[in-house]
Order: sequence, then C-alpha cells, then structure tokens
Amino acid sequence: MVPSNSHQTPEGHGSFKSYTIGFFCSIILTLIPITVVMNDWLEGTWNSVVLMTAAVLQLMVQLLFFMHLREENKPRYNLISLVLGLVILLVIVAGSMWIMLYNMVAV
Amino acid sequence: MAESQTSEQILQAHAHDEHHGHPDMEEVRTFGFWIYLMTDVIIFGTLFATYIVLQQNTDGGPGPADLFQMGGIITSTFILLASSYTCGLALLSMHKHNVKGLISWLAVTAGLGAIFIGMEIAEFNHLVHEGATIGTSAFLSAFFTLVGTHGLHVLFGLVWMIALIIQLAKRGITPVTKRKVNVISLFWHFLDVVWIFVFTVVYLMGVS
Repeated sequence: MVPSNSHQTPEGHGSFKSYTIGFFCSIILTLIPITVVMNDWLEGTWNSVVLMTAAVLQLMVQLLFFMHLREENKPRYNLISLVLGLVILLVIVAGSMWIMLYNMVAV
Repeated sequence: MAESQTSEQILQAHAHDEHHGHPDMEEVRTFGFWIYLMTDVIIFGTLFATYIVLQQNTDGGPGPADLFQMGGIITSTFILLASSYTCGLALLSMHKHNVKGLISWLAVTAGLGAIFIGMEIAEFNHLVHEGATIGTSAFLSAFFTLVGTHGLHVLFGLVWMIALIIQLAKRGITPVTKRKVNVISLFWHFLDVVWIFVFTVVYLMGVS
C-alpha cells in the first residue's frame, strides 16, 4: 500500500520542484513552435495543428503546475467555472470562424 | 494567565470549527477573483475571434509577415514566461513565511513585467513609425486592440503588484495579504496564458 499523506498542510500549494518542472515544460513547449515556424518545417493545416497543440499543452502546464487546479477540494467550483468559460470561448471563436471564414456566399 | 490561555484555546478551536463548517471568507474572495478571470477569458475570446476573422483584411497595407520582428517578440515571450515562474517562487516564499523572499521575488516579477511592457511599447512605436497605425486596416485595428488589451492588463498588474509590495512591507504576511498575493499570482499566470495564445495565433501563425 502507498503510505497515506493524511497530514498534508492545507497550504501545500506546489513545491520548488513542481514549479521548476512546469517552467521547463513551458520553455520546451515554446521552443517547439518557434523552431517549427522559423525553419518553415510545416505548412497550412499541420502547421496550425502543431502550434495550437503546443499552446493548449502549455495552458494545461500553467493550470496544473502554476495555478494548482489539481489541488482543489471537492465541490470543484474553480474547475466548473473554468469549463463554462472555455465552452463560451470555444463557441465565440469557433462560431465566428465558421460563419465569417467558411460561408463565402455573401461575398 | 491560565484564563487567557483557555480563551485562546477556545478561539483556536472555534477557528478550527469554522474551517470545517463554513467556507473561509478569504477563499471565497479568491474564488470571486477566479470568476472575474473567467469573464476575462470571454473578453479575450471575442478579441481573438475578431482578430482571426479580420486578419486577412489588410486593405492593401502591410500584413503580419511584413511587420512583425520576431526576435523581440520571442525575447519578450521568454521574459513573461520567466516572470510567471518567479511569481510562483514568490508564493513558495510566502508559504515558508519568508517576507523578504516574497517581496524580492515579487519585485523580480514586477521588473520582468516592466521589461515586457517596455518592449511592447517599443514595438508599437516601431509599427506606428512604419505607418501601420490602428486606423490603417481592419487587420491592424484588430491587432492593436487584442495585443493592447493584453498589454493594459499587464500594466495594471504591474501597478497592483507594486502597491502589494508596499503593503507587504508594512503589514507582513497576514491572512488578508496572503489572499492578495494568491489572487495576483492567479492574475499573472492568467496573463501569461493569454500571451501564449497571442504569441501563437497572432505572431507565429502570422509569419508562417
């Protein structure tokens, strides 16, 4: 059995190690898209896919390692409101792109 | 003496009860700030949507690939990333009840933020001198609105952080200043996340 950490302090918000890991992950996730763009490795859709994937992964790193979303207690209101915010964000961005960029009937 | 000890114990026991029974008010305030951040997500969402829709409409003027100087942008990206990390280190110092460390790391964070703002102002200045103003084309209107809104947020965070450093120097680490440091660190990491998407969508996709 895994030894239980029942005596975790309520302020156990990350450690030096977890911040440093998060920092290195975000540096790597920034260097990857820069290298891809500066060397013209990819074009068109694949380029966008790689760049957006790196950005979203970095969002996760910031949320988990720096904003401590993992350590929230049970009614996870922070996570729930974040999901609501992201749903609205997706509807606005994807909806605008769909209507304005892929419906050229009006042009 | 004995009496004061018992009343202190009662107070402690009471505080302990409160922690389990009712939500801690400082935690509720932090959550309130989180809700504000989610509304900011929506603001930036609309600005990103506007930018993505309008970025091809350059009205015969300069486009992203003609204007952006990636060297400075990449440097400022790493500066903001580093400031997000130093902000985390400030929080660690706070949890160790180290006021000096907390204030110094916050000062480093604010310094990096100031460099970021300085570089952004220099970039905008360069663009305007090239004749690319906010009124030149729909692309540039959307660009200046999106990047400028992020810059204003960073500037606001900077002023706020300096005020908080002064308050921490006067009052030290109390439950109230603790909550304030937690809240500003959330704000700062949030601005870093927004910048990652500005960097990706506006700059990297603009020049590729």
